[in-house]
Amino acid sequence: MLRLSVPFRQALSRLSPVLMLMLSLGCILIGRADQNFDNDLRTGLNDILAPAYMVFSAPIEAAEHGTGVIGHLFSLSEENAQLREQNAELLQWQEVAMALQAQNDALKASLHYVPSPMPQYSTGEVVADTGGIYDRSVLVLVPPANGDPQNLVGAVAMDGRGVAGRVVEAGARSARVLLITDLNSRIPVALGANGAPALMAGRNGPDPSLIYWSPGQPPAEGAMVLTSAQGGAFPPGLPIGVVHYDAQNDPVVLPLASLDSLRLLRLFSYPDNLPVLTQIPHTKPAATAHRSKH
Amino acid sequence: MSRLPTSRRRQSIWRLLDAAARWVVPSAMLAFGLFLLGLPFHIPGQALLRPAYAMGCVYFWSLFRPGSMPVPLTGLIGVLLDLMGVTPPGLWAVLLIVLQSATFISRRRLAPARFLVTWGVFTGFAAVVSLLAWALQSGLAMRLLPAWPVGLEILISAALYPSLAALLVHVHRGPAAVELA
Repeated sequence: MLRLSVPFRQALSRLSPVLMLMLSLGCILIGRADQNFDNDLRTGLNDILAPAYMVFSAPIEAAEHGTGVIGHLFSLSEENAQLREQNAELLQWQEVAMALQAQNDALKASLHYVPSPMPQYSTGEVVADTGGIYDRSVLVLVPPANGDPQNLVGAVAMDGRGVAGRVVEAGARSARVLLITDLNSRIPVALGANGAPALMAGRNGPDPSLIYWSPGQPPAEGAMVLTSAQGGAFPPGLPIGVVHYDAQNDPVVLPLASLDSLRLLRLFSYPDNLPVLTQIPHTKPAATAHRSKH
Repeated sequence: MSRLPTSRRRQSIWRLLDAAARWVVPSAMLAFGLFLLGLPFHIPGQALLRPAYAMGCVYFWSLFRPGSMPVPLTGLIGVLLDLMGVTPPGLWAVLLIVLQSATFISRRRLAPARFLVTWGVFTGFAAVVSLLAWALQSGLAMRLLPAWPVGLEILISAALYPSLAALLVHVHRGPAAVELA
């Protein structure tokens, strides 16, 4: 073992906090100057940790969804009745949907409508909640990338019901999805049937707020909120949520996706619809690194 | 005839290994805890638990077993906390080192004090660190971030500390006791 003289040791122990403090501050500055620095570090760590997260979150999931559900047993018959009722209702809606589909096909055929490009998608399990005090994001396990994992950056993440967020970092095994409730999230949306434009801004709480709507057309309570193609970051028409008023003149969006209990996410990459206005440091290393994630 | 004190006993390789393993326990436990708190338990406020846990552990070990929590290791754990979350890397390293330095300075008074006193001082330290975190993050984001999570963070830290300390006292006397090696 290395033997040091006592005064030298004392000096070292007094200096080490100062040295480490300066080192950490330097680390912050480097990360500030070069966005790729912390993205690379984080993606590397996530790729290493992803299998471990998977191993540890599997039992949790099994306890919640598998055979070990004890709480569900008590409400089984009630749930059954409710599901039957819901199923009957949904079957009626299915007929309506099929009729509308047929009508839609006929109309498209007569209009020579050019369909929008089909997105590629991959499905991944949510293995970690990587949010912090001011961040809302989750880590998704993705199948080993066929090609460049950076193709996944910018992909739209949806759960079964609506948009949950967008991929901001992707590695070989994992991708980080910034949720729509994050403070940095800004998504152009279209409101209601006439598609009035607005911006949906995350505010760290459960419901993102709506800003920049036209004062002449305030968002109506209960109106559907869909993504808008303005800015080119999102494909149009993906369901996000419904408008709700918490207070007068302060409309929020109640997300359709169950953001606090995400299990599976589908990541849709739209090859012909890559972000134009959104700067992503990975794809444009020469561009100035802004911290705009959406 | 040699009369060496026990601390000068010839060290076998197993004893050295045992001592090293015991020395690593606090930081390994801290890092593993951070990892576990990242799992999707869907507890409300789970994101706030991680910094609170890190602050509690760093405070406790700096107070009662400073040898096992050297400053460079604290810095590394801070960077780990940053990278597991989304804060800029180095931010929590700075904050944890500030917390540790403050604990080192007040150590002589605090270590023999009653639990209520150490708890109260920890709450004060956690409040200052959380406010600093808010100020630094607001500065780096170049806008005023909402302040309510700071209050929540302080409350969670204060509420978590007694149970955390109860657990860590056991670890301190058992698996982490280097002198028992």
